[in-house]
Amino acid sequence: MERVLHTYKITKYFYEPEKFKVLNEIDLTVYKGEFLSLVGKSGCGKSTLMYVLSTMDTDYEGELEIAGTRVTGKDQNFLAAFRNRHIGFVFQFHYLLPEFTALQNVMIPALKLGHYTREEVESRAYQKLETLGVKDQALKNASKLSGGQQQRVAIARALINDPDIIMGDEPTGNLDSHNSNIVFDILRELSQNFHQTIVAVTHDEEFARRTDRVVEMSDGRIIS
Amino acid sequence: MKLVLEIAYVHLVAKPKQTIVAMLGVTFGIGMFIALVGLMTGLNDFTEDVSMTSSPDIHIYNDITAERTSLLDEFNYAGFNVVHHQKPKNESAKLRNALQMVETIREDQRVYGAAPYIVSQVFYNYGPVQLNGQIFGVDILEESKLFDLQSKMKSGRMEELLSNQDGIIVGTGLARKLNAVPGDRVVITTPQGYTMSLKILGTFQMGLGALDNVRAYANIGTVQTILQENQTYITDINIKLKDRSLAKAMAADYQQMFSYKSEDWETANATFLTGVIIRNIITYAVSFTLLIVAGFGIYNILTMTIYNKMKDIAILKAMGFAGRDVRLIFLIQALVIGLIGSLAGLLIGFMLSVLISRAPFEGGDVVSLDHFPVNFDPLFYLIGIVFGVVTTTVAGLMPSRKAAVVDPIEIIRGQ
Ligand SMILES: Nc1ncnc2c1ncn2[C@@H]1O[C@H](COP(=O)(O)OP(=O)(O)O)[C@@H](O)[C@H]1O
Ligand SMILES: [Mg+2]
Repeated sequence: MERVLHTYKITKYFYEPEKFKVLNEIDLTVYKGEFLSLVGKSGCGKSTLMYVLSTMDTDYEGELEIAGTRVTGKDQNFLAAFRNRHIGFVFQFHYLLPEFTALQNVMIPALKLGHYTREEVESRAYQKLETLGVKDQALKNASKLSGGQQQRVAIARALINDPDIIMGDEPTGNLDSHNSNIVFDILRELSQNFHQTIVAVTHDEEFARRTDRVVEMSDGRIIS
Repeated sequence: MKLVLEIAYVHLVAKPKQTIVAMLGVTFGIGMFIALVGLMTGLNDFTEDVSMTSSPDIHIYNDITAERTSLLDEFNYAGFNVVHHQKPKNESAKLRNALQMVETIREDQRVYGAAPYIVSQVFYNYGPVQLNGQIFGVDILEESKLFDLQSKMKSGRMEELLSNQDGIIVGTGLARKLNAVPGDRVVITTPQGYTMSLKILGTFQMGLGALDNVRAYANIGTVQTILQENQTYITDINIKLKDRSLAKAMAADYQQMFSYKSEDWETANATFLTGVIIRNIITYAVSFTLLIVAGFGIYNILTMTIYNKMKDIAILKAMGFAGRDVRLIFLIQALVIGLIGSLAGLLIGFMLSVLISRAPFEGGDVVSLDHFPVNFDPLFYLIGIVFGVVTTTVAGLMPSRKAAVVDPIEIIRGQ
């Protein structure tokens, strides 16, 4: 099976307020089309690991490979372009750019990538919004949408460049159970219908149970 | 690049009030700069123009008040001598061989013209009142060549002087004080007691009260008579050069050559030129201060914007915008504020300048002016816009750099 993400002994320390090992020799491999959930007690290092995997945090030991590229040691400009092309993010708080419309929010990463013309990008963005069931909100300002709608727009944005992997840090953590279910179902569908690789942190056992694989962390280690 | 521009644009229009306030700061600074510098240099140029056209590039005369060695020094040259309150010797101010000097000077290729003249202090008798003044004995054609007297004539014909040994041309201010018009006769008295009746042939206006209120021109012969001197009596030579900047060097040469005092225009007008420099310094200092203040305004507003946009910056970076893209987004905002603010400033400055130049202004006796002279030199507009854009860019640089190094994890985790 094709592996999309691979880590080798990723170890990270925090030095404030005192030195402590927040990640301890994390070895993790995620295969194409897999929907993986990462669980563990609060404070065990799940978010910290996600930031390392996302390439935004480069202050770690060990090695990280995504989509066949060893990203450890690459410079910031390379990593920015790499994120743009290969990784889609969904945060717990539905981070959209508030002054732009839902459509513009979805289009921005694609315009940044520059593989398609503006017209193509726009029609692709509409397509993604449709998949997520929020096409009718396209021309509304992002700040005017409800939490559930914003999170769906954020997922559409994460999908716009057909990333190799989607990462989410508690993507449903800030939604009510109704919206949580909708977002989860969407992720489930993406994985099933489009073989989208997904890694999502969650503390929702129900959520975790319905994913392909559950990885549990404790005190900075993977325990199962 | 286009995307970065679009994002910068959205940021700018999302907070229109803030953007406009920042722009107004620049507009005010540049507008004041244009208006101030236009007025100041306009005044400078005007006064420089009138005083330069009415003063020679080089003036040669016999400086009888110059320091000289005392008799005591001559006899007791080895001793330590103190001569208290030494006065000038009673020697003639006459330039020996003046006309030959003039010929020599005129042969010089660099010289535009040389005019010999003499001056007499006189009192103009106006009924019981005596007005103080001077009569210049000149070769009127050469004088006109040097100082463009022809175009300064307000009434009468300058050439009439050539055929009138008792004629004078008086300044407009003096004519007004004497209540005289061409054709009238005026009686003058010299400090030595010589009295003569002269006929006014015309009036001139140089534009400087200091001249127009006291000066009159007559033939050299006439003034020689008034002074009761012979026909070789010439005390001064005025010289105009083709290139004024050579004056200093040439004045030194002439002093060497003729051993008479030879003064260039820069030395003669030193106080006036110092005034010009001081006015320029004040203009630039005030404008610069205004722009610095505007720069701080932009710095503040950008810093605030960036602080409010931390989340956006984190999202952009997470989505694949590099630090340099983020920096560009905010630098563009500073540039747009600077550019539009400066352009508006140029417009405001121009309109202010037009208003000032139309405002009635009475120059009084000092200068003949009826409105402010304002300089519309495009160079100032160029300086203004460059200055405005550079200040805002510099002010935007620091906050933009701060935005570029924002760590997205800190923002995202902080929530
Ligand atoms: N910037 C930081 N500096 C120091 N300690 C941190 C920092 N961020 C997180 N931590 C600590 O690291 C541990 C793991 O945090 P985190 O990865 O956010 O846990 P989780 O997401 O699993 O709840 C926690 O004990 C937390 O207090
Ligand atoms: Mg967490």
